[in-house]
Amino acid sequence: MVFDYAPAPESRGIVDIKASYGLFVNGEFVDGHGTSFKTISPATEEVLAEVSEASAADVDAAVKAARRAYTRVWSRMPGSERAKYLYRIARIIQERSRELAVLESLDNGKPIKESRDVDIPVVAAHFFYYAGWADKLEHAGYGSDPRPLGVAAQVIPWNFPLLMLAWKIAPALAAGNTVVLKPAETTPLTALLFAEICQQADLPAGVVNIVTGAGTTGQALVEHADVDKVAFTGSTAVGRAIAKAVAGTDKKVTLELGGKAANIVFDDAPIDQAVEGIVTGIFFNQGHVCCAGSRLLVQENIADELLERLKRRMATLRVGDPLDKNTDVGAINSAAQLARIKELSDIGDAEGAERWSAPCDLPAKGFWFPPTVFTGVSQAHRIAREEIFGPVLSVLTFRTPHEAVEKANNTPYGLSAGVWTDKGSRILWMANQLRAGVVWANTFNKFDPTSPFGGYKESGSGREGGRHGLEGYLT
Amino acid sequence: MTQKTTQSRVDVRKTYKLYIGGAFPRSESGHSYEVNDAKGRFVANAALASRKDGRDAVVAARAAFKGWAGRTAYNRAQILYRVAEIMEDRRPQFVHAVRQSEGLTASRADKVVDAAVDRLVWYAGWADKITQVVGGANPVAGPFFNLSTPEPTGVVAVIAPQESSLLGLVSVIAPVVVTGNTVVVVSSYERPLPAVTFAEVLATSDVPGGVVNILTGDYTAPAPWLASHMDVNAIDLVGAAGDPDNAEAYEVAAADNLKRVRRAPAAEPDWTETPGLDAMTAFLETKTVWHPIGL
Repeated sequence: MVFDYAPAPESRGIVDIKASYGLFVNGEFVDGHGTSFKTISPATEEVLAEVSEASAADVDAAVKAARRAYTRVWSRMPGSERAKYLYRIARIIQERSRELAVLESLDNGKPIKESRDVDIPVVAAHFFYYAGWADKLEHAGYGSDPRPLGVAAQVIPWNFPLLMLAWKIAPALAAGNTVVLKPAETTPLTALLFAEICQQADLPAGVVNIVTGAGTTGQALVEHADVDKVAFTGSTAVGRAIAKAVAGTDKKVTLELGGKAANIVFDDAPIDQAVEGIVTGIFFNQGHVCCAGSRLLVQENIADELLERLKRRMATLRVGDPLDKNTDVGAINSAAQLARIKELSDIGDAEGAERWSAPCDLPAKGFWFPPTVFTGVSQAHRIAREEIFGPVLSVLTFRTPHEAVEKANNTPYGLSAGVWTDKGSRILWMANQLRAGVVWANTFNKFDPTSPFGGYKESGSGREGGRHGLEGYLT
Repeated sequence: MTQKTTQSRVDVRKTYKLYIGGAFPRSESGHSYEVNDAKGRFVANAALASRKDGRDAVVAARAAFKGWAGRTAYNRAQILYRVAEIMEDRRPQFVHAVRQSEGLTASRADKVVDAAVDRLVWYAGWADKITQVVGGANPVAGPFFNLSTPEPTGVVAVIAPQESSLLGLVSVIAPVVVTGNTVVVVSSYERPLPAVTFAEVLATSDVPGGVVNILTGDYTAPAPWLASHMDVNAIDLVGAAGDPDNAEAYEVAAADNLKRVRRAPAAEPDWTETPGLDAMTAFLETKTVWHPIGL
């Protein structure tokens, strides 16, 4: 007998979305001079708000405000005072956490379960963690008198809008820099609510500036002559363009880019835990995760059993309304991303892999893709090489640990990897061999403000989080 | 070493060659160039490395990477220390080479060689200490073991300093290889001979072939190919100090596979200063491993 779930929607009444939003420059909301754009809920295609686009002149004004705040206020303020502003921000985020979670789920499409229990708590933790560094920088291992860089230009993606903001702004401010941040064009709303939080915290004007817009705005920001630091999270293609754009300048750069992580399951792994880890690895946040375990490498002798259990588990995933507290998989963030996922999945079919999707009723409106697994995938298949950035898992098999390592490392990316086995020495051997910045052993997709995150090879350079995360903001 | 002699015996002069994969080949291009001493007198013909030599050196460096990175830190420390020992043993030869290249007095050249040997000893000691200094346990908010450790980034291309032919050279090679990277280095153009002699020390110091590969010649020939090479992980542009146009072009090319780039300074650094950690950390990756804690 199967029980059905009654709808359990989180109320959206807690959040008051304005009809239109300006840019946040020098502590105030101002109109942008570009063409304003609409941000929608990807689950319903409902327009949530009209958002200003920052022109090059608006970006310039924001950089000037950040420079002024840097020279006159923030770089002169004792670290112990900067710390207290960051602690204030952390506390207000905790106080307004449900509001932020609902807004994040509305604008991004991710399940409220995740925005409420992962994104927003980790955002607050990030500010709380880096607050404590602000007056201890001389102990961070970057010299006896580390100095901030100046104005940081920060461009972030749409998959974890507020969390990526926190990863960028918290260490920058703790180190004494001021920032101009551009959120993604499909998910600007929590960044703009964060601007209000800065006002509530009485953060000095110009220390944080938020400019909204798309690629052109981001380019104007990154290429602005008066920024000292560029921090970017997003695709490897854009990261490469940024690396070229800053060549020959003194701008310090950190890049968190794409990935195609191997999640490796050995035959002695606790199989139910491994199945949960595979599901978390690829279906968390609809697979819109740069470190998603998008390539499952399973030892050949348990492949059939594991896949059967995986499919059984996938069939229980609840896909639908992001604001429903029982939802496991929400909406794809945009029509463009959905098209990309469909295109690569169709290529998977065409190249001869076998597709299986979890049976689920997808809503009629909005952007949806069912949790999907491809079997019979070879290393040459595009679905084994390219980042799909969606709920699509490619399954390959291996026989020996050496073969697993060979296949796992056979990618230009190197962001993360997973290993599932009961044998301790094998975990450590695998962890040594894998060319990836984060290795999750018998777990997956865990994040913490104290734990450095970032990639090898074409997954980027520099680390965010922990003591290591300060390095990119100090000289 | 050439010796002026009044006797009838004709001295046997050394052929200065490249050092690739533990062997001493001439340039595959067949090209060489005249190297003069600081006063402009002809000393020798050095091999003029081509782009193909650069690619061959990358192949050798890649082949050596896994084994070198897999050595224990203690072993790498001993090998670097051994390089210092052999260099000290051949001190007069290096003093002569530095005087000849840089036009220094005997006592200044002495000090340069002292500093180069001491720098190797300093870096040798870092092999088994850098991990604890830049890595560590992370106190995550949950029941997890969480540890960050530095790992070598892979194959590193280095444009060596143009002025400081020995101390500068040692100061850019040692920090790269001590942590487990392998290196392809292009020597000073006008002062390449100490680099070749240094290669001869490496070849007799238990440094596995391919760990250090030394090309002599004009960096503008191999450097664009090293900068754009998809199997090179990082590039140190220090030797392009004062050559911003080329340095920028190499940084642009390096973005193709997102190499780690150590930018060229405006002017060549003072190599006598005690280095910081950044010459090592620029070519290290941080790997973080998580594991649940439970019964």
